[in-house]
Amino acid sequence: MTSTRSTDGARAHARAQAAAATIDRPDTPDGVDPAAVVLAQRIPTGGYANVVLGRGTRVRLADPAGTTCAHLFLLRAEAPWERLNVADTVKVPWQAYLSTGHPLLSDQGRVLATVVADSSGHHDTLCGPGAAGRHQLHLAGAKQGLAPRDIGPSVSLFRGVRVEADGGLVPTGNAPAGTAVDLLIHLPVTLLVANAAHPLDDRPTGDLDVLAWAAPTERATNDDPEYRRAVDNTEAAWAAALNSEVLA
Amino acid sequence: MTTATIRTVVLDETVPAQAPWSAIVRAGDQLEIIDLHGNQAVDCLLYSAADRTDRYSAQATVAAQRNIFLTTGSVLLTEAGTPLMTVVADEVGNHDTIAGACSQESNTLRYGHHTRHQHACVENFLTAALEWGLGKRDLVSNINWFMNVPVEADGTLGIVDGLSAPGKKVTLRAEIDTLVLVSNCPQINNPCNGFDPTPVRMVVTR
Repeated sequence: MTSTRSTDGARAHARAQAAAATIDRPDTPDGVDPAAVVLAQRIPTGGYANVVLGRGTRVRLADPAGTTCAHLFLLRAEAPWERLNVADTVKVPWQAYLSTGHPLLSDQGRVLATVVADSSGHHDTLCGPGAAGRHQLHLAGAKQGLAPRDIGPSVSLFRGVRVEADGGLVPTGNAPAGTAVDLLIHLPVTLLVANAAHPLDDRPTGDLDVLAWAAPTERATNDDPEYRRAVDNTEAAWAAALNSEVLA
Repeated sequence: MTTATIRTVVLDETVPAQAPWSAIVRAGDQLEIIDLHGNQAVDCLLYSAADRTDRYSAQATVAAQRNIFLTTGSVLLTEAGTPLMTVVADEVGNHDTIAGACSQESNTLRYGHHTRHQHACVENFLTAALEWGLGKRDLVSNINWFMNVPVEADGTLGIVDGLSAPGKKVTLRAEIDTLVLVSNCPQINNPCNGFDPTPVRMVVTR
């Protein structure tokens, strides 16, 4: 048995831990080149991720056990004063419920990400996280140099809410195990995601899987005029930034 | 025995059409927002005057009351759960807090790029925010007094004709000293102002 009374022993003890451990992480999806994967994490309840992702990244958030809830917030990586605007994200597409084709819009009329696949359908744009999830997002943001005031309303994946005719909010829980939501990233973003209960469905959450891989040739499909103009705005901003000596 | 409460008017201002407005409403004071000409959206953001990082949260507010519409009894909460103001009277019955503020940028998406330089609520919010040492980072999903945004069974939502009428008002009681930022909405491309932005009146009583 290793003694941790000495630095030698403490070092040996610390180093032995990784050798003995197994890391639980999501598998590379079929059809994805393992070399293209840039992130593969299994996030337990109470955990979070903070990561900068490039344009053309495909992100898969998955609910392996049908128990998780992912509170998601995006900021433009090189210009974090531009960030997810949940009100525009529901108003501009004339749709409160997220599904395939739905853009996650910034406050500058641009697409930060588009939902390009969704096998869950249990999501919420209206309620945000509870106190615990909000705190996790604040910690995730702090590690990217962000203050709580930089983190606005967020979207919640895998625990749904529906609106009744009188405006009442009804939680719809999780979809069965094994669903996922894929996002295509349009501009470099800082992605913050917290695994925490939903304020209208406070059952403890289970694992959240987060995978990301380079998918530079993929394009989202949405023929709405509002979406097309949002993509035009996004491409214009990207083209302008590419001509900047600072970012070149 | 009944006691008639006589309240004193401590502020009475008319906000011109399309203009910003802001004030600190002290704890216990009541703010009446009067839709002078009817169907005029009044975009509104709230901050704890003592700690402006503790700001109105549309999401915390609708989650706590389990309803997207604001009306009498709605408690307007910060992200931290602090009650800022309570709706104590409402002559309309239904106010929005999910559709946010119009901006020049979102106008390009909703109506086309010809609207890029039209006046918009975010311009008013920034103008008011800057006067109080706040900035873009402090702008979040706001309240839209007198704006009607139904959500249909399939999730379709939109700004439709208002339910308000000339002279109707909503009354808010400040629970703590609250900084109130307002944009008297200048939007002319949807029915939130009846396609004709008009003045509103703000009255604070103590």
